[in-house]
Amino acid sequence: MIRFILKRIAALIPLLLGISFLVFILMHLTPGDVLSEARAAQDIPKEYIIQMEKQYGLDKPWYVQYLLWLKSIGTLNFGTSWTYKIPVTDLLAQRIPATLTLAIAALVFAWVIAVPLGVFAAIYKDSVFDRISSILAYAALSIPEFFLALLAIFFAAQTGWFPIGGRTALTHSLMSSWSQFWDIAYHSVLPTLVLGLGGIAGMTRIMRANFLDHIRSEYVTTARAKGVPEGWIMFKHVLRNAINPLITSLGFALSGLLSGALLVENVMNYPGLGQLVYEALMKQDQYVVMAAVLMGCVLLMLGNLFADILLAWSDPRIRSTTIES
Amino acid sequence: MNNRSIFQEIKRRPLGLFSLITLGILYFFAIFASFFAPYPVSKQQLNKSYHPPTIVKWGEDGLYIHETRADPDNPGRYQIITDEKIPIRFFSKGYPYKLLGIIPMDRHLIQITQNDDDARIYLLGSDELGRDVFSRLLGGAQISLSIGFIGITITMILGFLVGGLSGYFGGTLDFLSMRLVELLMAIPGLYLLLALRSSLAPYFKSDQMYLVIVIILSCIGWATTARIIRGMSLSLGRRPFVLAAKTMGQSTSNILIKHILPNLASFLLVAATLSIPGYILGEAALSFLGLGIQEPSASWGLMLKQSQQMKVFMLNYWWMFTPGFAIFITVIAFNVLGDTLRDIIDPKNQSSA
Repeated sequence: MIRFILKRIAALIPLLLGISFLVFILMHLTPGDVLSEARAAQDIPKEYIIQMEKQYGLDKPWYVQYLLWLKSIGTLNFGTSWTYKIPVTDLLAQRIPATLTLAIAALVFAWVIAVPLGVFAAIYKDSVFDRISSILAYAALSIPEFFLALLAIFFAAQTGWFPIGGRTALTHSLMSSWSQFWDIAYHSVLPTLVLGLGGIAGMTRIMRANFLDHIRSEYVTTARAKGVPEGWIMFKHVLRNAINPLITSLGFALSGLLSGALLVENVMNYPGLGQLVYEALMKQDQYVVMAAVLMGCVLLMLGNLFADILLAWSDPRIRSTTIES
Repeated sequence: MNNRSIFQEIKRRPLGLFSLITLGILYFFAIFASFFAPYPVSKQQLNKSYHPPTIVKWGEDGLYIHETRADPDNPGRYQIITDEKIPIRFFSKGYPYKLLGIIPMDRHLIQITQNDDDARIYLLGSDELGRDVFSRLLGGAQISLSIGFIGITITMILGFLVGGLSGYFGGTLDFLSMRLVELLMAIPGLYLLLALRSSLAPYFKSDQMYLVIVIILSCIGWATTARIIRGMSLSLGRRPFVLAAKTMGQSTSNILIKHILPNLASFLLVAATLSIPGYILGEAALSFLGLGIQEPSASWGLMLKQSQQMKVFMLNYWWMFTPGFAIFITVIAFNVLGDTLRDIIDPKNQSSA
């Protein structure tokens, strides 16, 4: 198992290098750099700017800059954000947990709803329940996250049941740690629901299709012939087999969740990675953009890795074939 | 399977037919947007900000509306002045425009007779600057609906070229292009979208944003298509009819276009239908973040951006959310149609509906 994991991690390194290169090139093509604002200001002496250029390595050709940046990333130094005036690492340490909790909560929420929904839609195929759930799945799949987020705020503003944005109340720092936890949970309800809903639709459809494939297999007939209770067949045998593609789709789902989180965070004013990327792009805070995009990719890769491991754990066949090859 | 039989198959499936008709109506409205719109997209009326939808009444002389005035005691609300009737006229003269971008016209489906210059007919209310939401919705449809088609065309061509060639030739080209595809797929979509937009946008003027969005969306979209097409062309390349064509000395471009492309056509049709929503949503998301279509033009995403205000939420200006429903209807219609097409072309892979 450890060899399997190590192999997967080793395969990620060239991909990560490629992404870092792509991100760097994109940011390099953008006119202006960290010092654009300083250069435009009249009262900053030229000598100081030249000194700063040297410090940032801006006087060197682009490939040297890239290598310098890569070298500093290697030591987990992402540079300094010039809008927030703090190291980018600190900024990421604040934002990543927020986005991660949001994405994981949404994922768990989606799974908890989607798996039973997909299973029942498959067992009672073509029933009223199946029809309704498939129509709802279409609807949930087609509604843009940011529109749903807007509607959620509208709902919150009209009813007053939920906060209309943010991750914490104003009085958060004065609370006891227990009520701080509840405060965050309370603020996360709507973003989680909004983000999770899109996932539910896709997952329900995958779950239903796979379940249907497996219901027709011969081992089900065998089990039935042996007199195994129907519920036992469905949840012990079929579900175990049918859930694999859902685990594989975890990485894909995470990609969607990260993109969705970017929008939801911006609409609902939730201080996560997505909001950071957007604000940094607006202010041309290059080091923050590069680091945050890179972190988004790392999160996605870790998600894929986690899905692979989970799959290997749940399905012994995969474990043995990948290790041998 | 030829096109005629695909259409006949769709006719037998009520959901598919319904979504095809819905899309037909939406595109019809988008193409003739200026004719259906009572006002130009950017026509402002500052004393009628956030005006609720005008109530249309039926009287002896046909349809009419009442003039409204801002309520002095109740900010953000409007009083209806009942003593004056303003009749609605059909096919009457309004602002001049060019139908389909060529034919100069000034007739509109609905206009009101202008006794009083301030009177407006707002079928779906007005926004902060008093612009008619209905007219903007129609104008926005032109952008939001066309971007999907243009984007998907570029994507399919790119995807077919890269995927087809690398699957057919294999070797270094295949290796390099597939690594590039993996790279693009490893970045969360919207992150890449934002990064691309920030590096490309400065090289274009702000009224060329439409072009920038199309380029960016196609840049990202081709990866998945190329990957699937590569797999298909890899297996097609080994089939006897392709080998025969090769032996007979046909050129590579001929083989690709005459032999491989027709075999992929039905897949491309389904993939295109199912990917268009991605483009519509991508444009909407970019414009919503203020990085897409710029004011005073209208797009559905941009209109939703304007509804992102406390006033709208608190005072229940629900009509500001209509662009969201327009996106929703379009996307759901494309999804249902795509699934129907897939069921027709590939009956083994039956989807849920």
